[in-house]
Amino acid sequence: MNVRSQISMVFHLDKCIGCHTCSIACKNVWTDRRGTEYMWWNNVETKPGTGYPTKWEDQEKYRGGWEKQDDRLRLKSTTKFRTVTDIFHNPSGASMDDYYEPWTYKYADLFNAPEGSDQPTAMPISMVTGEYINVEAGPNWDDDLGGSPVYAANDPNLEGLTEVQRQQLFAIERLVFFYFPRICNHCLNPGCVAACPSGALYKRGEDGIVLIDQKRCRGWRACVAACPYKKTFYNWSTGKSEKCILCFPRVETGQAPACFHSCVGRIRYLGVLLYDADRIEDVARSEDAGLIDAHRSMILNPHDPAVVEAARQNGIHDAVIQSAQQSPVYKFVKEWKIALPPHIEFRTLPMLFYVPPMSPVMASSEEGMVKSVSDDFFHDIEQARVPLQFLGNLFGAGHQAKVVYALKKQKAIRTYRRALTVGDISMDVARRMLTEADCSPEEAEAIYNLTSLCTFDDRFVIPPAHREEAIEMMLDPHEHRASTGFGFVDAPKRGL
Amino acid sequence: MAIESAFFADQILFIVLPYLSLISFLFVSIRRYFRQTFTYSSLSSQFLENQQHFWAVVPFHYGIILLFVGHLAAFLVPRTVLAWNSVPLRLYILEAAAFVFGVLTFVGLVSIVVRRFSDPKVKLVTSPADWVILAMFGVQIFTGLYTAVFHGWGSSWFAASVTPYLWSLFTLNPDITPIVAMPWMVKLHIIGAYIMFAFFPFTRLVHVLVVPNPYLWRKPQVVRWYGIKRLLRSR
Ligand code: SF4
Repeated sequence: MNVRSQISMVFHLDKCIGCHTCSIACKNVWTDRRGTEYMWWNNVETKPGTGYPTKWEDQEKYRGGWEKQDDRLRLKSTTKFRTVTDIFHNPSGASMDDYYEPWTYKYADLFNAPEGSDQPTAMPISMVTGEYINVEAGPNWDDDLGGSPVYAANDPNLEGLTEVQRQQLFAIERLVFFYFPRICNHCLNPGCVAACPSGALYKRGEDGIVLIDQKRCRGWRACVAACPYKKTFYNWSTGKSEKCILCFPRVETGQAPACFHSCVGRIRYLGVLLYDADRIEDVARSEDAGLIDAHRSMILNPHDPAVVEAARQNGIHDAVIQSAQQSPVYKFVKEWKIALPPHIEFRTLPMLFYVPPMSPVMASSEEGMVKSVSDDFFHDIEQARVPLQFLGNLFGAGHQAKVVYALKKQKAIRTYRRALTVGDISMDVARRMLTEADCSPEEAEAIYNLTSLCTFDDRFVIPPAHREEAIEMMLDPHEHRASTGFGFVDAPKRGL
Repeated sequence: MAIESAFFADQILFIVLPYLSLISFLFVSIRRYFRQTFTYSSLSSQFLENQQHFWAVVPFHYGIILLFVGHLAAFLVPRTVLAWNSVPLRLYILEAAAFVFGVLTFVGLVSIVVRRFSDPKVKLVTSPADWVILAMFGVQIFTGLYTAVFHGWGSSWFAASVTPYLWSLFTLNPDITPIVAMPWMVKLHIIGAYIMFAFFPFTRLVHVLVVPNPYLWRKPQVVRWYGIKRLLRSR
């Protein structure tokens, strides 16, 4: 057992209201610079939809993630040999067209336009060239277009859905969608790290945050191709690749990352998971159907004395172990099993988990009439308006079982809480539903509390970073006085 | 008198210049690596334009690398090259191959220039230094191809005459006699090379120095520890 600690995340999709506050918080802090305008380290997609970059889940197009070939894992985007021969032109390289050309508006024209009979307009101009552009796509172009034949109908997750199910998803009055906020998953078996020809990408040993060493990156863009979530980006201005850094300067000082902190729906949870690093390769090689279980099984119980001992042996600080014991992520993922990794079939072992959304249940239409809730408010999960296969493709490697389990449990808890507070459902029914959903009343209360009544400190259990143990601190601190951060920092200036 | 000043010019160009260029190449590259590490990048523009990129960059790189390897071989193992060339057919093959790679490089270079001019986004990320090196490559390829056509069997006379001269430079005992009698186009080619080496570390060409090599041998996952734990772990 080789215990390591990982700062992990849970996004509760039932709570996301699609306000994009998270994306804006991130953009303002990190990607408001030349060359990064098009990057959204945090973005919120409408599902079904094509997402950002367009159809990122289609790995026949982008060739991200890992492939299993006769029990061996290999990157889908490249091999060691091809990395060398393709170094001049990356055949799976995404281009700006796959994202969008960033633009702004000529606001000054609103003030400076000469007097005339028309209203002055602020024309869109490209943030790359500064020329006028005809805006044809954007990072969130299909926002709320759940039923769109242009966007939603091209969602790769619709694979395996019957014609009837598709109809059901797109029928005008039953049209349904939900939001899917995405950041880097800080995976255990990251494709980006494995693909980097320069070895510039690395996972931090202490907390598992995946970073790109800006000094070692040479702009080969192998990481951009290899990340199946398309969460590494190429800064075309500095010639370096960049990605979500999980706001490590904030995390190290005990603050939640910007997107977590600002989340209006309070859908985001952050905490430590302890895992067995010796099992990474084995787990990543398991069969599709067993991937989720294997992934869960490598996450260790932080209350188990043997695990605690092994963690100590491995140099994990007591404070971090304590933090792992209080981790909300551990509860969602391991104890309650209602948070699932996105597209685990890409085999990067993501450490961001999603609580799948209950479909909107408030109203449905029947024979042209809008039928409101009352009697079958808690209709059957199988009749969910988002077909289970769709959610299974997204969160279950194509299998529905884990999604059904998570939804059943959530539904039982709602019923239970309703029986408690409203009383229009009998407690017997509620309890039976709980038992069927593999959930005790205590667990139901705990899930309810952490879902609905959670405070800031419940949601974010951030381990102390112990920067005092960092090698930089072993050097003479006076030497680094008044310099930016630790050590010397190069100005991020494009080379000649 | 005229002969003397020509000889003087030759000394400047073929003794002083190469040493200056070597000093510039080594000193500035190393200094830049440590002082401005961030600026070492391939500065790829494939992200901004993905179609022409392939047809421009790939022929250019394969062409120039093979040509470079050819020059290097004649420099390092001149006897092997001469032995190879002792059979006429093999000489023809080598010469033809070199010419084809030269043309390949030329085609790639032209496409690169066209691409950098015609695509507004790519033009935007093209610096004055980029235009200078492109021009230098243009001169080198022109003089190189001209030499290949009008002063044939270069692979042999390079190994026989230029290599001794280059070695005399490296052994700090410069002897330019084999060079002075060379046709002026060949001289231009050599001088151009020196100027390029001198200018090299000031340009994006430094990406050549950081081509990935440990990649082929390293394990797929990279983990970095900081501080005390890093020291503990290295036991
Ligand atoms: S801020 Fe929170 S609620 Fe709003 S879109 Fe982002 S994740 Fe969803």
